[in-house]
Amino acid sequence: MDSHFPDPGRALALYRTMARIRAFENAAEIASQGGVSAYGQQATGSVRVRGPLHLSTGQEAVPAGVCVHLKPADYLTSTHRGHGHTLAKGADLRRMMAELFGKATGFNGGKGGSMHIADFSVGMLGANGVVAAGLPIAVGAAHAQKLQKKDAITVCFFGDGAINRGPFLESLNWAQVYGLPVLFVCEDNRWSATTASGPMTAGDGASARAEALGIAATQVDGNDVFAVHAAAARLVDTVRSGSGPRLLHALTYRVKGHVSVDPAAYRDPAELAAALDTDPIARARAACLRAGIAAAALDGTDADAHAEVEAALVAAAEAPWPDAAAAFTDVQTTGAGQWH
Amino acid sequence: MALTTAPVDMSYAEAAALAVQREMEADPKVVVIGEDVGRGGIFGQYKGLQQRFGDQRVIDTPISEAAIMGAGVGMALAGLRPVVEMRVVDFALCGMDELVNQAAKNRFMFGGQGRVPLVARMPGGIWDASAAQHSQSLEAWFAHMPGLVVVCPSTPQDNHALLRAAMQCGDPVVYIEHKALWGLREPVDETVTIPLGQAARLREGTALTLVSWGKQVHACAEACAALADQGIAIDLIDLRTLWPWDRETVLESCGRTQRLLVVHEAVQAAGFGAEIAATAAEATGCRIARLGAPRIPVGYAAVLEAQSRVGAEAISAAARRLVD
Repeated sequence: MDSHFPDPGRALALYRTMARIRAFENAAEIASQGGVSAYGQQATGSVRVRGPLHLSTGQEAVPAGVCVHLKPADYLTSTHRGHGHTLAKGADLRRMMAELFGKATGFNGGKGGSMHIADFSVGMLGANGVVAAGLPIAVGAAHAQKLQKKDAITVCFFGDGAINRGPFLESLNWAQVYGLPVLFVCEDNRWSATTASGPMTAGDGASARAEALGIAATQVDGNDVFAVHAAAARLVDTVRSGSGPRLLHALTYRVKGHVSVDPAAYRDPAELAAALDTDPIARARAACLRAGIAAAALDGTDADAHAEVEAALVAAAEAPWPDAAAAFTDVQTTGAGQWH
Repeated sequence: MALTTAPVDMSYAEAAALAVQREMEADPKVVVIGEDVGRGGIFGQYKGLQQRFGDQRVIDTPISEAAIMGAGVGMALAGLRPVVEMRVVDFALCGMDELVNQAAKNRFMFGGQGRVPLVARMPGGIWDASAAQHSQSLEAWFAHMPGLVVVCPSTPQDNHALLRAAMQCGDPVVYIEHKALWGLREPVDETVTIPLGQAARLREGTALTLVSWGKQVHACAEACAALADQGIAIDLIDLRTLWPWDRETVLESCGRTQRLLVVHEAVQAAGFGAEIAATAAEATGCRIARLGAPRIPVGYAAVLEAQSRVGAEAISAAARRLVD
């Protein structure tokens, strides 16, 4: 038995979250590159997802293992690579896909797309087009939770590239100074856009920087969902009990390029091959089988995820476009419309 | 201070502090975050508030403008109504992503799921002998940005009423008080309300429409008084809010006078005066002129700093050229 393996029900739930994220990312990737036919749908021949699409393929264990511990009242801030976080926090998959398609039925009515995927109704306060921009927003949300004496915490996902931006330092300092209920999660996928993060980062990375500010940090194998799950359980409990901020440093790997059209030719193929050997879904599956979970249950979970995503693709393709007039709404109330 | 309808003599800074006090009394969701706010702010614009409301509502922060502005966004999304102090407009640039990419865009890009009712206070304008990084007038930057409301009060009464209006606004407001006006005193009537987006006509005249805002309004008033002695009657408009700006008042006046002079302390090139001038020209075909600072950083030595100042004499001269 693997040391971190939870009860079978929880294990299967974590596997299901990862399977849904993987299916979503695969479908979105195809839909951004000329059609959704390869996913089983009728050929469309047209690009359905426009613009930059940042995939989290291969990183599924981190949001799955962390967000399973969260409640709807807990807040989440995310990165430009935010589909997995959003799904794991409980957002509706269909409305997410519709948003990627730019449709009126999407979470943002087609105004945000992939980079601004969000579902405020489950506390997911938004993906973000700016690296490290979610950090200060997260500490503000956590500050509000503390001032309002709410039994809720904020989880802040960011990448290894973000730790080299000023808001990282400012936000960690802020959270520690005010003892805020925030869990910082560094999703360390080793790449800063198309540049390797290592040579661009002085010192020992996110954990070391947090500890320099007095924030206890925990490193975890971010491709082992059960290890992430166990570490996050402790940290979420600690943060929720009022002990101030903590940092979880999850070592994972970005399987795809920076955006879906980036073949990542700058990367050593051996590095990718090694990473694929530690694929979090394959590892979770193997662990589940070792623990006696039936292969049929895992296969069924995969099939369910595939079917759910396919239905979302169909619904998104058929959904209406936003009314052009929506371009002028929700800008600002004072002067909106009259002053554009 | 008890609520009274009788105007009370107070400074521009005191009027602002009273406005924040009243909104904090009215709404427990209002909080203040910023550097040195516990001591009353570096200009006294928060004087007495931490003593009255405690350090959980008037919150001293590290020198972290990005985090101050970004935390303000997060607080607003989580249901608070933060007043975010940037110390001076020049330092607000350190929180520019958080203001421009986050606060201003949030409501729109998330399809109305979130609202960011924050007031970002960032004192602007020339501050004597403070040189290039403490004397800028950057209001045009913010007026250019969809999603932001921009307010530039010129008097204690306006500062009180407009700050309260800004704190009641559901969207982010960039609130630019002038660094040189803090000590200006006049009677302030707490019951006066001024909606955002409404200009004030300070003088009536037919020879020329003169539009300005902030401290420059006072230089314009001085010029108008001098020109009145020469028989030139000017329609003087204090814009008060730059976005949304009061086009009705300005265009009605330009239609009558057929001459418009826009004056601002900011660098003239690409300043907000160009927006007003172009709009007025398109709508009324009036003659137009702009007067702002040359495109130079504000210098330290008095003789250098003076090159960036737009004084009453220059305004009078520009007005006479337009009328002739």
